[in-house]
This record gives sequence, C-alpha cells and structure tokens, in this order.
Amino acid sequence: MNILWVLMILLGMLMAIVTGNINIINDVLINDVQEAVVFAISLTGIMAVWLGLMNIAKRSGLMNSLSVIFRPIIRLLFPSIPVNHPATSAIMMNMMANMFGAGNSATALGLKAMEELQAINSNKKVASNAMCMFLVINMSSIQLIPLTVIKIRADAASAFPEEIIATTIFTTTISTVVGILACKALEGRKPQ
Amino acid sequence: MKILNLISITAIPVLMTIILLHGLIKGVKLYDVFIEGAQEGFKTAVKIMPYLIAIFLAVNIMRKSGGMELLTKIFIPLTKPLGIPSEVLPLAFIRPFSGSGSLALLKDIITTYGADTFIGRVASTMMGSAETIFYTMAIYFGAVGIQKSRHTVFAALISHVAAVLASVMICRLMFR
Repeated sequence: MNILWVLMILLGMLMAIVTGNINIINDVLINDVQEAVVFAISLTGIMAVWLGLMNIAKRSGLMNSLSVIFRPIIRLLFPSIPVNHPATSAIMMNMMANMFGAGNSATALGLKAMEELQAINSNKKVASNAMCMFLVINMSSIQLIPLTVIKIRADAASAFPEEIIATTIFTTTISTVVGILACKALEGRKPQ
Repeated sequence: MKILNLISITAIPVLMTIILLHGLIKGVKLYDVFIEGAQEGFKTAVKIMPYLIAIFLAVNIMRKSGGMELLTKIFIPLTKPLGIPSEVLPLAFIRPFSGSGSLALLKDIITTYGADTFIGRVASTMMGSAETIFYTMAIYFGAVGIQKSRHTVFAALISHVAAVLASVMICRLMFR
C-alpha cells in the first residue's frame, strides 16, 4: 500500500507537469480532499444506527442465533473464527446489505465485522487470513440488483435497462469465486 | 424483476424490524442499548477519515492529471487479444480506484455508444459486478489499525480481472 500510494501520486504529479496542468494538483488539494471529510461525516449517521442495532442484536442473543445458522458457510470460508463468535453475524449481515445494494449500511456493518475480527487477531498490525478473505469477498461485489447502473441505462433511453441483471449476477459470481480461490491459494504462503 | 426490486428495497427495513422485535421479546432495554452502541459511530467516522483523505488525494491526482489515461493506453495492446473492447478499458481501470469516477465514465460510455450496444452492455455489467478496491481496503483496515494487508490487494485484483473478463464473455454469449 505504501509503494502504491506514492507511485500514484508521483505518476500524477509527473503527468500534471508534462501536460502543464499543475493547477490540477492545487484543485485536488483544496476540493477533493475535503470531499473525503464530507463523505466520512455523512457516513456517521448510518454507522451509528447500525452500531446501535448491532448492540441490541448482541444483547438479545440474535447475533448468536444467526451465527449458528450460518456456521457451515463461515466454517468453510473463515475456519479461524470460533463457534458462536459475533464476527459471524456481522459478516453475514454485511454480505446481506451488500447483496441488496445498501452500500452505506454495508460499510457500517463491515466495519463492525472488522472490529470483531480484530478482536480474535493474534497480531494487531497484520491482517489475519479471515480479514483478507472477508475483504476480498466484499470487494468482489455481491450485489443482486445494480440499481444505479439500471437507472443510468434507463436515463439513456435503453429499450431494456434491466437486461444486465443476469449478466451482472453471473459476472459477480465468477469474480467472487475467483477471489475466494485466489485468497485461499495465497494465504498459505505466509502463515501467521 | 419486480420481485427482486421489492426484495432489495424491503431487505434493510425488515432486518431492522427483526432486530428490534427480537430485542423487545428478550426484554432488552432497546433505547439505552441502542445509544450505547451508536456512540461508537462518530468515533469510527473520525478514525477512517485520514485513510479516506489519503486515498482521495492519490486517486484524484492520478485521475485528473491524466495518469490514469496514460496507464490505460499502455495496456490497450495487451488486452486487445483478450477481446476486451478498448472503449471499456478505461472503466476497467478506474473501477478499483474510484466509485464516482467510474460512475461518471459509465454515463459517458453509455451516452457515446448507447445503452443497448455491445459496449454499453459490457460497461454496465462491469460496473455492477466490481467494487472500489482501494477505498474499501483503506477504510476497513484503517478502522482497526491494520498496517500489513498481506495478500488482500493481489487477490482482489485477480478477482477484478476475472470480473472484467467474465463481463466481456457473458455479454458476447448473451447478446450476440
């Protein structure tokens, strides 16, 4: 991440100088960076709501019941998570929110899941196998209905805006499976 | 489609209701416990902020300076044999970096080439089946203080390449 970050900035700087657009850098520094702050703040509301609800679910025992139901899937993908651990329900709820396209809810629940995974992580600075797997599945996007894309297509007067649902589900499935396999194959390289 | 849409819209409210009702039956002090959990919300937002800023900075400098375009141009000869239309290649590149950037690009592609063309369909599929990798990684790892992400980036990029190739393939099969 360290190298990648610097490379991106340096390549950008270089291009800005070559094309004589150094103004762009200033523009990014003033406007776009502020956008990051606005975004983080705008996430606060939904984050608080889900953290509140998750606290209720934890206290009522719902999280435990859920983790029992999803035990088989979790054991297959995240063998290191102990039985009945709250991480299980947080992960499943994040996946559900993702599936139904509730982006911000998914982020809030995902961060909760990361927190639970960190609690059982042996080295707090290094990502555990479970964390890597969780993120890879998360980033391969398991959305059932890409509402935003459908909206854009409809706005562009598509004859059948929804026709990409099937292709999207197919593609998403492939990429998730490939991601899981890649993760499993890579994680053995450096055991914790 | 109608049913899928309905499920999408109702899923989250239903989940919320279940949590609240279950808590009510089990005699949890709903309001107090909710507040107790919600207090963490602002802390989390503040914690992820520096990571978000760092990513926004690098991605936007890269994108607005034309660095992204340069990278894309370098890769065109490599991806031609794979059957990826060069028109959607910029989208494949920008998708892991920026959500709003790729959305703008998708709009652009669809307006230029049409939604019901091969290019339009591939672009739509690609957009719906991929995620902004770097941003997600930055905030998820940032929130819990992980510094070494190990194989996450590599595995996620492999998965992203699979998504790009699969979206071209399935559109070729289904729409041609």
